[in-house]
Amino acid sequence: MRRAGLARDALVLVALTAYAAPFFWQLLTSFKPEADLLRLPPLLPARLTLAHYRVVLEQSLMPQALGNSLGVAAATTLLALGAGLPAAYAIARLPVPGRRALLLALVASTAFPQIATVSPLYLLLRALRLRDTWTALVLAHTSFALPLTVWLLAGFIREIPRALEESAAVDGASRAQALRSVLLPLLAPGLASAGLLAFLSSWNEFLFAYTFTASEASRTVPVALALFPGVFEVPWGDIAAASMLASLPPLLIVVALQRALVRGLLAGAVKE
Amino acid sequence: MTPRERADRRRGLLLLAPTLAILGVVTVYPGAWVLWLSLQHRIPVFGVERFAGVSHYAFLAGDPRFWSAVWTTAVFTASSVTLELVLGVLVALALAGQRRGRHLAFSLLLLAWAMPAVVTAKLFEWLYHPAAGLLNFLLGARLNWLGDPGLALPAVVLADVWRTLPFVAVLAYARLLAIPAELVEAAQVDGAGRAATFRHVTLPLLRRILAIAALFRTLDALRAFDIMFVLTGGGPAGTTETLTVYAYRGLFQMLQLGFGSAVGVVVFALVMTVAWAYVRLLSAEESRA
Repeated sequence: MRRAGLARDALVLVALTAYAAPFFWQLLTSFKPEADLLRLPPLLPARLTLAHYRVVLEQSLMPQALGNSLGVAAATTLLALGAGLPAAYAIARLPVPGRRALLLALVASTAFPQIATVSPLYLLLRALRLRDTWTALVLAHTSFALPLTVWLLAGFIREIPRALEESAAVDGASRAQALRSVLLPLLAPGLASAGLLAFLSSWNEFLFAYTFTASEASRTVPVALALFPGVFEVPWGDIAAASMLASLPPLLIVVALQRALVRGLLAGAVKE
Repeated sequence: MTPRERADRRRGLLLLAPTLAILGVVTVYPGAWVLWLSLQHRIPVFGVERFAGVSHYAFLAGDPRFWSAVWTTAVFTASSVTLELVLGVLVALALAGQRRGRHLAFSLLLLAWAMPAVVTAKLFEWLYHPAAGLLNFLLGARLNWLGDPGLALPAVVLADVWRTLPFVAVLAYARLLAIPAELVEAAQVDGAGRAATFRHVTLPLLRRILAIAALFRTLDALRAFDIMFVLTGGGPAGTTETLTVYAYRGLFQMLQLGFGSAVGVVVFALVMTVAWAYVRLLSAEESRA
């Protein structure tokens, strides 16, 4: 029985590895020498090379794009958490007029298709002379990162018993003190998962980033990858290496912070 | 209303103000403005800007390319959501029985979900390569996946299913964990086989979460853009041109901002109908509970 269970567990892992094969195949491709790229079989190359990573990091626009993506995603996350945390607290704890309608509007705004808002935003950003800047992308990405953050955080705050804050207040702490010393520590995991999801959503976004950028000054990783130049032939090895760099932050988040991520994912879909 | 309540109200509005201000500018304003834009002739490069009434919509009604995009969007949405639900439940069932290596299993699964859609598109473009692609090698075939009008849409659907199946799997998995083991055991003691237990015990309990997953996924599939735009660009012969891709071409390639906005508004209306169904479903449940 025990052995059967082990075999079953192993089988599931093998099946999931096969499922993830497109990723591993690209990983292998990124280390394949140029000459082996368009030859199949053999499946495994005789030797591996770092040449594609060298090209991507030294001769392409990927390093700037990585910097842009990190900056834009970090700023989007900070803005979403900074504005979203007070809003979430108000929704969860204070007698805000029209609370239900507000929540409904938040859900509706996460459903807004980008293809519908892209043209007005384009005209707006052009009028403000913000095209091809980080600010343009941070604002555009906040349109989906902020409702998501408010929604998640309001759910997390509601899970924390109100009595905890109240008892701190009874003990003579001011409201602000009670929030800082009681609510905030309990909310830390929730803040982490909301922040991670906001970061991921900005890092992965393509349509706005593709439309509102024009040069390496603000092009993010997905845009740089979609526009990856080839001179005579498609540089599959370089594209593979660039893809791996683009997946690195999501990969780290998935492996290191799985619990927070799954929690955020579930809360986004099933809460209230 | 006590003074304390009034103060709390004021404090609440103050705390909400930054969020409302930001969303007003980046969401509400564009969401309303796009309706107005869709009623105009607007070609910025030529300085054209005049009222067009509903002429863009009238044109769309008789536009074969628009109806082809509607059909492509419908096929893409229906097939990818169905496949995701079926495969997602299978993966969730496999994971629920997993004792060892659960963290690894989740990492392998979530990897596909967490990476940018553009990366997924690049991954699959390479897998689909006619001469050197892994897929043709494994099948012993020489199919032109992205170049053959009959294969391109299934190829795009496959990539999308790969990317979003983890979402359904994780939701279904969380629900499975909450089902008491005694329930399943009791059914088996009563002589129900595995299939019967799944059909009569597990599946009914999964129904609510699957309805939610289906709505969420439908919403996303209707809005999907990155995967087809990067993988096929809407080709070959327009067979993968969904409404979003058609709207984008109208907006930024034909540079007809008014016309493109009208196609965008159609997507908007479709998505909002699904979102409305979602809200209805949830409030119907709330009133039953």
